[in-house]
Amino acid sequence: MSAHPLAGVIAGAARFVSGVQVVWLGSRPQARQTVYFANHTSHLDFVVLWSSLPENLREQTRPVAAQDYWESGLRRKVAVDVFNALLVPRGREGAGGQNGASARASETIDHLVLGMGDCYSLIIFPEGTRGTGEEVAPFKSGLYYLCRQKPGVQLVPVYMENLNRILPKGEFLPVPFIGRVAFGPPMAFDAAEPKADFLARARDAVCSLRQS
Amino acid sequence: MTQWFAAINPQLLWAVGGVLGVLAVATIAGLVIKLVVKTPSAQGTIDNLNKRIRSWWVMVAIFALTLAVGPIGSLVLFGILSFLALREYITLVPTRRADHHTLFWTFFLFTPLQYFLLGIKWSGFVIVIPVYAFLFIPATMALAGDIQDFLERAAKIQWGLMICVYCMSYAPALLTLDIRGGYGPDAKLLLFLVIVDQLSDVLQYVWGKLLGRHKIAPVVSPNKTWEGFIGGVLSATAVGAGLWWMTPFTPAVAAAMSLLITLLGFAGGLVMSAIKRDRGVKDYGTLIEGHGGILDRMDSVIFAAPVFFHVVRFFYGIL
Repeated sequence: MSAHPLAGVIAGAARFVSGVQVVWLGSRPQARQTVYFANHTSHLDFVVLWSSLPENLREQTRPVAAQDYWESGLRRKVAVDVFNALLVPRGREGAGGQNGASARASETIDHLVLGMGDCYSLIIFPEGTRGTGEEVAPFKSGLYYLCRQKPGVQLVPVYMENLNRILPKGEFLPVPFIGRVAFGPPMAFDAAEPKADFLARARDAVCSLRQS
Repeated sequence: MTQWFAAINPQLLWAVGGVLGVLAVATIAGLVIKLVVKTPSAQGTIDNLNKRIRSWWVMVAIFALTLAVGPIGSLVLFGILSFLALREYITLVPTRRADHHTLFWTFFLFTPLQYFLLGIKWSGFVIVIPVYAFLFIPATMALAGDIQDFLERAAKIQWGLMICVYCMSYAPALLTLDIRGGYGPDAKLLLFLVIVDQLSDVLQYVWGKLLGRHKIAPVVSPNKTWEGFIGGVLSATAVGAGLWWMTPFTPAVAAAMSLLITLLGFAGGLVMSAIKRDRGVKDYGTLIEGHGGILDRMDSVIFAAPVFFHVVRFFYGIL
């Protein structure tokens, strides 16, 4: 499947607005199944990350976006039709009792695994929601369970800088700061590692790419 | 418009042709030196030099094309440069979430407004940023309700607007000057400013690389030396004097003007460098290969343009 023609246009516009500088630190863009996981501060994030990838990798890469926000009307058109996004329900941990929550979580993981098939890469934001840009929130468990299901995929941490300044939570007028997207060295997954350790390590890998 | 095309006269073509000739010589020299030098450090220097020269071709081409379009071309070009420079500056300066709306208006109201006012030749361009933006910025910030470091934040935004937009806009403002003796309106004054100013930067770099021993401001700008400064200022002044024919000046006045431009340009380089060091970066951006960002290239023009404008207007303008 080739990328939607509008995707290139929107990606170009997002890159222009964000003036984004892309750096690969200790990793190279590779045409293999990859999970790019990044900090999340702005609605621009997934478009900018997607457009920071080399063109040949973009059409193989699907952003994962929150269903409650992206499902309606025009947003859905952009996310699903143009960027081929996978919409997932946001994990509200604790809600509806432990069993209900974990059943929903495992449905979400199945949905992601299905969406990846054996050729698609994913862009995910393991914080689960947009932060202020000052601190990276603790990662939700989804990344861990996804890796258990797909142990062969490459894990690439990404830090996105200044996008919160360009378009912070709750604003719709952008200010043209210069953004930066840093791709870090691929991270190994070890099924024997405890979940909390893995998630902390993944978060550290993202934070270590921060420039300032 | 016809007046403008009449103003694209032989002198302007000579000046642009001269710049292209110098670039061609520099390009060939760069390729030859590349073949001759052997040590890795010298190779690195010459590679960077050749990158800079390649970028110069692009910059000269863009500048010459916008000059050919007419005053609108130069206003649009400098408007875009101001926008990009302000963006580099603001990215480097810490701002807070509450500054978002103020910054939006800084970029999308005051920056275009400054160049629009120049375009309609309304003298209000002199006060919009120093007075109205100056009051607007703290007012909107106070409404946003975040008091932390209030004065610092307001001052930093105002300063960026003054440097990147207000002072920079004095370069194309030269096109709005009415010069006595039927000289203008004409692009040659702008071209004179830019040639002398940029040549001074280049020659300071060259003299510094050749003879540089004694650091002039080791903390602020470790690469600037007395040898580079004196050599660059004197040689750029000499070239500027030799360009008197494209200005309303006599050769002696052209030399004095060139000296003024080069000294102010040097001050601009130092000031903008001090900010970079304080923020711990080497360049303002990566837009111009080998040079850094827009502000790395324009720092000297920003300081030279307003003073050059005022001096020319005072002594040669129809007030």
